[in-house]
Amino acid sequence: MTQRRSYQVGTGLFILLGFAALAYLATQTTSVANFQQGPSYTLKARFNNVGQLKLRAPVKVAGVRIGSVQSIDVDPVKLDAKVELSVDKRYQDLPDDSAAAIFTSGLLGDQYVAIQPGGSPEALKDGDEFVLTQSSIQLEDLIGKFLVTGNPPPKPANGQDGDAGKPAGDASKPANGDTPDHTH
Amino acid sequence: MPSPPPRERGPSMIGDSLAQVGACGLFLLGILAAIPKSLRHIKETIRQIWFVGAMSLVIIMTCGLFVGMVLGLQLYYVLSIFGGTAALGTVVSLALYRELGPVVTALLFAGRAGTSITAEIGLMRATDQLAAMEMMAVDPMAYVAAPRFLAGIVAMPLLACVFNALGIFGAHLVGVTWLGLDNGTFWSNMTSSVDVWKDVVNGVWKSCAFGAVVALIAVFQGYTTPPTSEGVAYATTRTVVFSSIVVLALDFVMTAFLM
Repeated sequence: MTQRRSYQVGTGLFILLGFAALAYLATQTTSVANFQQGPSYTLKARFNNVGQLKLRAPVKVAGVRIGSVQSIDVDPVKLDAKVELSVDKRYQDLPDDSAAAIFTSGLLGDQYVAIQPGGSPEALKDGDEFVLTQSSIQLEDLIGKFLVTGNPPPKPANGQDGDAGKPAGDASKPANGDTPDHTH
Repeated sequence: MPSPPPRERGPSMIGDSLAQVGACGLFLLGILAAIPKSLRHIKETIRQIWFVGAMSLVIIMTCGLFVGMVLGLQLYYVLSIFGGTAALGTVVSLALYRELGPVVTALLFAGRAGTSITAEIGLMRATDQLAAMEMMAVDPMAYVAAPRFLAGIVAMPLLACVFNALGIFGAHLVGVTWLGLDNGTFWSNMTSSVDVWKDVVNGVWKSCAFGAVVALIAVFQGYTTPPTSEGVAYATTRTVVFSSIVVLALDFVMTAFLM
């Protein structure tokens, strides 16, 4: 009888251990771990190009995660990408002239939204939109421009391309590059 | 050195293999039909889960740890060529969940638990215990075959999960503790690229299927073994060979379907 008891207890422990391992794998090592825990508020940003940004990608300030990407949509009128960021309620003092940029972590890493804090005394509130944004840098574009013009590619960091109003900006650039006195 | 049982060459060999596959299929139907009856003595199934699952834990955990460690080491070397060591956690976890966890666990399971199932049932056959059960109106399919089959299906996914968890731990040990990767990068890249349903749960489905296949082959080989000590030896060998081949082939097919 005690023999029988002991293997039944052992089997129970084994099944428990297996399910604990499954629960650990499913919740701690997958995107489930990235779900927001505490209360959060929403900020919006517009980008000309989101690159490979994915849902639930991290939102970081100074390299530290403060939230995640909630949704990515195309604006049917302005034809740019609307990204909603859900930011932890603890970080409510982001200046309203902060800039949002899409960066890549490492060479092969995933893309994330980096917020570069500005200096304004006013803070962004729930539902506010970033004025300054910088699209993800497209390696192919840079290489293409470099090959076509022979110039060093135009600095991508100049863009405040979240501002609508220069939708044809990209198309006009190669024409600029063709002018001969552009070379240094 | 015992000589192998005489076999005819030529067309009858193909016929033999076909007959084996057919008999195995019919045997599966027999097991499935006997499952409701076997649930009446659920304690036998629990004993088998203990025997094939819990007793395999040590070998599964040791192997999982070493597989994870060698993955960490090799991938660190390869990824450092491209400057992408930040992706180590992602690559290790995806390789383990999608492929290595279910497959290596199934191969170990065939070696550790499949062989002992075959040898046990084969000896029951050789010593006429199965016939004796039938004489006593105890259905050996319900009392011997079905519980082991069920135990394989239940135990395999759990073992594969333990294997994966130990593998991640091993890769973390090598990558972060020894080679000095950043801990936060390791985990955050992993959590942002691994999906619960597409990666973890698909791996669990795979290992359920592998558990069923390995247990079926092991029980079938034991059940149909020639009732001699030589026959039991060959049946045990065939269990390992056949289940390894079928697991690897089924792995390809399932990957193609689950992608």
